[in-house]
Amino acid sequence: MSLQGKVALVTGASRGIGAAIADTLAAAGAKVIGTATSESGAAAIGERLAQWGGAGMVLNVGEEGAIDALIDAIAKEHGDVAILVNNAGITRDGLLMRMKDDDWDAIMDTNLKSVFKASKAVLRAMMKARTGRIINIASVVGAMGNAGQTNYAAAKAGIMGFTKSMAREVGSRGITVNCVAPGFIDTDMTRALPEAQRDALVGQIALGRLGDAQDIADAVLFLASDKAAYITGQTLHVNGGMLMP
Amino acid sequence: MENIEARVKKIVAEQLGVNEAEVKIDSSFVDDLGADSLDTVELVMALEEEFECEIPDEEAEKITTVKQAVDYVTAHLNK
Repeated sequence: MSLQGKVALVTGASRGIGAAIADTLAAAGAKVIGTATSESGAAAIGERLAQWGGAGMVLNVGEEGAIDALIDAIAKEHGDVAILVNNAGITRDGLLMRMKDDDWDAIMDTNLKSVFKASKAVLRAMMKARTGRIINIASVVGAMGNAGQTNYAAAKAGIMGFTKSMAREVGSRGITVNCVAPGFIDTDMTRALPEAQRDALVGQIALGRLGDAQDIADAVLFLASDKAAYITGQTLHVNGGMLMP
Repeated sequence: MENIEARVKKIVAEQLGVNEAEVKIDSSFVDDLGADSLDTVELVMALEEEFECEIPDEEAEKITTVKQAVDYVTAHLNK
């Protein structure tokens, strides 16, 4: 599946799933711009992606005007974004009884509003090009819920609804919009869970193991490729059979 | 003025995929030329590029006919 010559933007590409996605798209021929929240993070991404002609850039998705400025800078230096992967996300877990407004707002801004902003920012060029791929990283939690993650689950379910509506709006212009919903993937985010909770989670997974970031990256590569031209508005669940919606 | 009208008509024809002869000064994008809501947004984008101006959303919503587009561009290019 070649992405030769296409410019891809992957938010939150420092580590975990985002890093695997950025590397995988780059290896398939795309010129990948990966974002991090810090200068040092962006520099590290740049070093990693340099072998394929990609670059690392700073993006704080919550910062006013930051996304628009980034899209403009990419267009000038590398060309219009043809593939957008909205991956950047954080967690602020806690029981609803104890959840602070800040915990809610931070998740909505970073995990959901950023998807709206970035998708809107790349849309003009994609409409003109009459083609484009937007792939949003949701979560199994957005479909099945998880105690302690009301904020995260709401944002991830919101991404799925956003995806379906946007897919209907721009389908006539050859732009596809889809989600990949990872299950429990072996990353820093899930390594932070207590051992007992991890074991309980694995018990719910048909394949009996956590997923690998590469499993998600491969699904994203497929949706970004020409092979997935007739798929839009969908959520591709990559969860080892943990949830079968 | 005529020049602007001709340029607007050309863009309308290109964007909406209709014959330029079908585009009259009173033509409504939606009712006469078969545009949908997304077409009208794209049309405004194309006008912005052609005339190197920025049309605010609240003004763009009021541009629903060829004449309204010509009037808007004429008024704002003369400033």
